[in-house]
Amino acid sequence: MNATKPLHLLLGLLLLSCALSLLGVAVGSTGFSLEMLQGGDAVQQQILWQIRFPRSAGAWAAGALLGLAGAVAQGLFRNPLADPYLLGASAGAGLGVAVLLVLLGLSPATAAWSMKLGLTGAAFLGAVAAVLLTLTLARGVQQTMRLLLAGVIVGVVLGSATALLTIMTPDIMRPMQAFMLGTTGFLSWASVWILLPVLLGCLLVALGASRALDALTLGEATARSLGVRLPLVRLSLIATLALATGAAVAQAGLIAFVGLVAPHLVRSRTHSTHGWLLLLSALTGGALLLAADIAARWLIAPQELPVGVVTSMLGGAYLLLLMHRGKVGELK
Amino acid sequence: MTTNMAMSAALQSLRLQDAEILRDIELALPAACWMAVVGPNGAGKSTLLRALAGLLPARARIDLLGRELQRWEPRARARALAWLGQNEASADELSAYEVVMLGRLPHQAWLAPPSAQDHEAVARAMHRTQCWDWRERPLARLSGGERQRVLLARALAVEAQVLLMDEPLAHLDPPHQADWLQIVRELARQGVAVLSVLHELNMALQADQLAVMQGGRLRHLGPPGTPACHQALQAAFEQRLHLVQLDGHWLALPFDPAPRPPAEGGAQILPLRGSQRATR
Repeated sequence: MNATKPLHLLLGLLLLSCALSLLGVAVGSTGFSLEMLQGGDAVQQQILWQIRFPRSAGAWAAGALLGLAGAVAQGLFRNPLADPYLLGASAGAGLGVAVLLVLLGLSPATAAWSMKLGLTGAAFLGAVAAVLLTLTLARGVQQTMRLLLAGVIVGVVLGSATALLTIMTPDIMRPMQAFMLGTTGFLSWASVWILLPVLLGCLLVALGASRALDALTLGEATARSLGVRLPLVRLSLIATLALATGAAVAQAGLIAFVGLVAPHLVRSRTHSTHGWLLLLSALTGGALLLAADIAARWLIAPQELPVGVVTSMLGGAYLLLLMHRGKVGELK
Repeated sequence: MTTNMAMSAALQSLRLQDAEILRDIELALPAACWMAVVGPNGAGKSTLLRALAGLLPARARIDLLGRELQRWEPRARARALAWLGQNEASADELSAYEVVMLGRLPHQAWLAPPSAQDHEAVARAMHRTQCWDWRERPLARLSGGERQRVLLARALAVEAQVLLMDEPLAHLDPPHQADWLQIVRELARQGVAVLSVLHELNMALQADQLAVMQGGRLRHLGPPGTPACHQALQAAFEQRLHLVQLDGHWLALPFDPAPRPPAEGGAQILPLRGSQRATR
């Protein structure tokens, strides 16, 4: 019934994303300049096409994946505080990167092997392995509480292992810190060509399960009575959650807050079914991370802020503002 | 198993977390019949309803419209059997209309938008439970009674041949309880089989069939006006009911067998006379 309102929001977010993309390619370590967009020399063209474009597109796609994963997690677990890292993906990715960094410095043989896998590969493998471990501990996807608890346990244990590795090998502390705070600085066209198809695939699966998520808001028993195949829905959505989070974390590190805050920002603007919520959360996440990336590059140029810090500050401040205005009342 | 049976169950046992909640229950629900299930707290009424809806595993043979429940494809089963659970609403984000439209989920193809028939069925159900006027309001902004009417409309929108309802009168005021009674009778006239767990004994006593449960067993099943039914009710409710007849309807009033004498000097409630009412 609220069809026009979410549609307006959709158009607004698309426009905002376009505007931010333009801004993203105009802002760099040299500050803001539109000259590059109008031409410029070969070096400037290379900076534009090989650095700023892929970075902006990659940041948007990673943010969209996190926003989508956040909306999926909150819908699936029927918990407004759920975020994409709920099933241990972040802790797994962190451990994967830590192990890789340790191996890099261990011996030439392990270093060569590690180079082949790369940081993104290690982070992705770590994230997926952690989610699989959570699913094993929870004995499948049937019991929501068991899943949540297993996710917390996996997160704590793997986080401790990462901390232990970092303390034992102080050399890896700086790169680990960069990963933990999230960074969009390494996003390339290769990242974009991974992130965009993953986003498209995850969005399609999530939208396919959106009516089941609507039915789940009435409780599991009612959803089942309406013919929803809960095990299939849970499995496909958890696979989506793991893939979206794993891909985003692997490319951009542990970006905080986007996944949690994007669905809340959408809800503060419109009441809608999950079909709209998932789509709009993805667009909001994309716009949020892209805006944070621009701010990270711009605020203290030519130096950069860690983008994860900016997302926390931007998202947190906006959420606080909404709560102050009483628009976010459903944090129950 | 006769052909006009909407549902039948032969349940040997249902266990939850190592405790046996239900045992030895034989129940047959004819088409075009309203059956109410009553019993004290913890008698297993809601569990029985969940088992009949196929929502809990039980050692039982349950037939829906002549076919074993487990053999039904989930969406086909959802079209034949609608379920209204207890306290099921948390869909605060959705509008009343969107919630009722969820009842049409078993009728819709995957990813297909709702059809004209779906919209008609939703409008019919919402008019029936008188919640059409606030169809665009989110569930979060409705009162308990309004919410319950939306959820009832959601179950009605399925347009199933069998309707199972757990505490459908919760939060409803007397006029809307009367409306519910009218809806249920109309459904039964149309051939729908309705099974409802009720705490309101006076409403349950108006059903076509009354099932009395106690301690996980079915104590009695039959028309509500018979001495055998009243005996079963008294046994289930510790002989603390006062069963009286008013205008052809049976009423069950809570009855304290040993009332305390009024405290000395305490306030007395006097019958209000017509003249007193007029002058106030």
